[in-house]
Amino acid sequence: MLRHIKHALFPFALVLVALTGPFVLEPFDLVNLSAFSAMAIAALGLAFAWGTLGILNLGHSVFFGIGAYAYAIAVSNFGDSTLAVLIGTMLPVVFSLVLGSCLFFSRLGDVYLGVITLCVTLIFYSFMTSTADPWFHIGRVPLGGFNGVTAIPSLNMPANPQASLSTEATFSICLLALAGAHVLLSLVRSSDAGRIMTAIRESELRSELLGYDIRFYKLVGFALSAAIAGFGGTLYTAMMGFVSPSVFDLPQASQFVLWVIAGGLGTFVGPVVASFAFQLLSSQLGANQVFNTELIFGATIVLFVLLAPQGLQPMIARIANLKLTYRFGIFRPKEKAA
Amino acid sequence: MSGFPILATRGLVKRFGGVAAVDGVDLVVDVGEIRCLIGPNGAGKSTLFKCLTHQHQPTSGHVLFEGRDLQGLPTHRIARRGIAIKNQIPSIYANLDVRENIRLAALRRNLTKRELDSVVDLVLAEIGFDNLQAKRPAATLSHAHRQWCELGMLLASNPRLALLDEPTAGMTRDEMLKTVDIIKRLNARATVIVVEHDLEFIARLAQKVTVLHRGKVLVEDSMERIEANETVRDIYLGRKKDTAHAEG
Repeated sequence: MLRHIKHALFPFALVLVALTGPFVLEPFDLVNLSAFSAMAIAALGLAFAWGTLGILNLGHSVFFGIGAYAYAIAVSNFGDSTLAVLIGTMLPVVFSLVLGSCLFFSRLGDVYLGVITLCVTLIFYSFMTSTADPWFHIGRVPLGGFNGVTAIPSLNMPANPQASLSTEATFSICLLALAGAHVLLSLVRSSDAGRIMTAIRESELRSELLGYDIRFYKLVGFALSAAIAGFGGTLYTAMMGFVSPSVFDLPQASQFVLWVIAGGLGTFVGPVVASFAFQLLSSQLGANQVFNTELIFGATIVLFVLLAPQGLQPMIARIANLKLTYRFGIFRPKEKAA
Repeated sequence: MSGFPILATRGLVKRFGGVAAVDGVDLVVDVGEIRCLIGPNGAGKSTLFKCLTHQHQPTSGHVLFEGRDLQGLPTHRIARRGIAIKNQIPSIYANLDVRENIRLAALRRNLTKRELDSVVDLVLAEIGFDNLQAKRPAATLSHAHRQWCELGMLLASNPRLALLDEPTAGMTRDEMLKTVDIIKRLNARATVIVVEHDLEFIARLAQKVTVLHRGKVLVEDSMERIEANETVRDIYLGRKKDTAHAEG
């Protein structure tokens, strides 16, 4: 019981922020935090695929980007954001099933999988930057090449395209969605299927010898992570009002990886916190123009790998555990902290 | 059960480049048997096991399990047919606790939640793990306990045929005796084929022993007769002249 309460604490805190935020925060902060949440949702997708299933997907941004573009094109054409969010979530799933079939059925090793997925997102980047010609259009939306798609309508009330949602309402939706994604992935991870996925991460050979079709589980998990990333992409685009090929580029792809490593591979709370922290840092640094943000991120990733290879969440858990031991003399086996 | 032997291989061959690690093996094992497979290093014992579970694809020949050809089946489908294997190199979920290891093995059997729990409890008792040990990550176990954990996974998966590749390697005598006990429990439910070098272990378990040499079946007999067999003694000691004689 206590464990359940502990697990519900984080999503509960998010819900609390979602409901109280509009009354205490400035509109500028609301917009920023909404965008951060959308990114954090996408990061959760990678935290699941990599942390739970062991799929080292360096090109997670491809799902995020497809979701973002799908939303932009759909909402500009149809005018209704609800359907656009749905399309932006499902299209990455379709793409992940095609890509995943190629990757998992050919039994690629970790490193090759990482390289190929990274290449896939860079191919999308390269393609989207070369669509400046008006010939590249879907419906009445030109893809816009390097400038991307602009003037994208934001979220509206379901089935009522005229009623655009306020900044406050969008903020609440983004944070509630983040809490929802967190709960959904936590439930999947603790289900029997999720435990089999964890087992596959631990040993593919043993799982196969026990009779589990590892390609099937990987494909399903990959598709789920794509759906979450695409969903994050739709919210992000709805917030920003534009999308450009940079959603597919190398800095974007590496950011998701950085957040998951820094937050703690195999955890969900850590990557969310890390994504907020790094985006905050990025916007501050970007405003100052003193340092090159990518340089800072590169240094951070090196530091994390060297000093806290397990990431923030496991590290904090261990420190908290040590303090408890010191204070109350409670002996808890080390493994529990991790 | 039908009149078929549980396992029959016909002219099974596995080549690695020019080397035939398994070179035309015809092996028949009957239901309920506990068969020991012995042979010097490089005789093809482990490769044979891997061919049976399609961890290696056989170059040619057939494997019939309960009379049905396994050709073309992927490894997980063979496991679903009822063949469980413990490879020579231990393969367990190192970062998961023992109970979770056992549970994952039983999970595939479509049991109710209550049945699943009781199967896991039963298996933990059979391999002699108390509650505290069952909660430890498998990586923190001693060598022998890891082997027992893997045997426990085989017990929990309820196979009809269990292949054990050197289950007592590196064990003390007491640990070996405990392993014999676990394997007897396994044999009460399943046919067992076991690769071993420990003669006492074989004497305690096997009714029938198959000697493999250079990828072929050399002799198949009771343990006493095998021990008395000059050819078998020669190949273990590496006397070449007599080996050639045996093959000729």
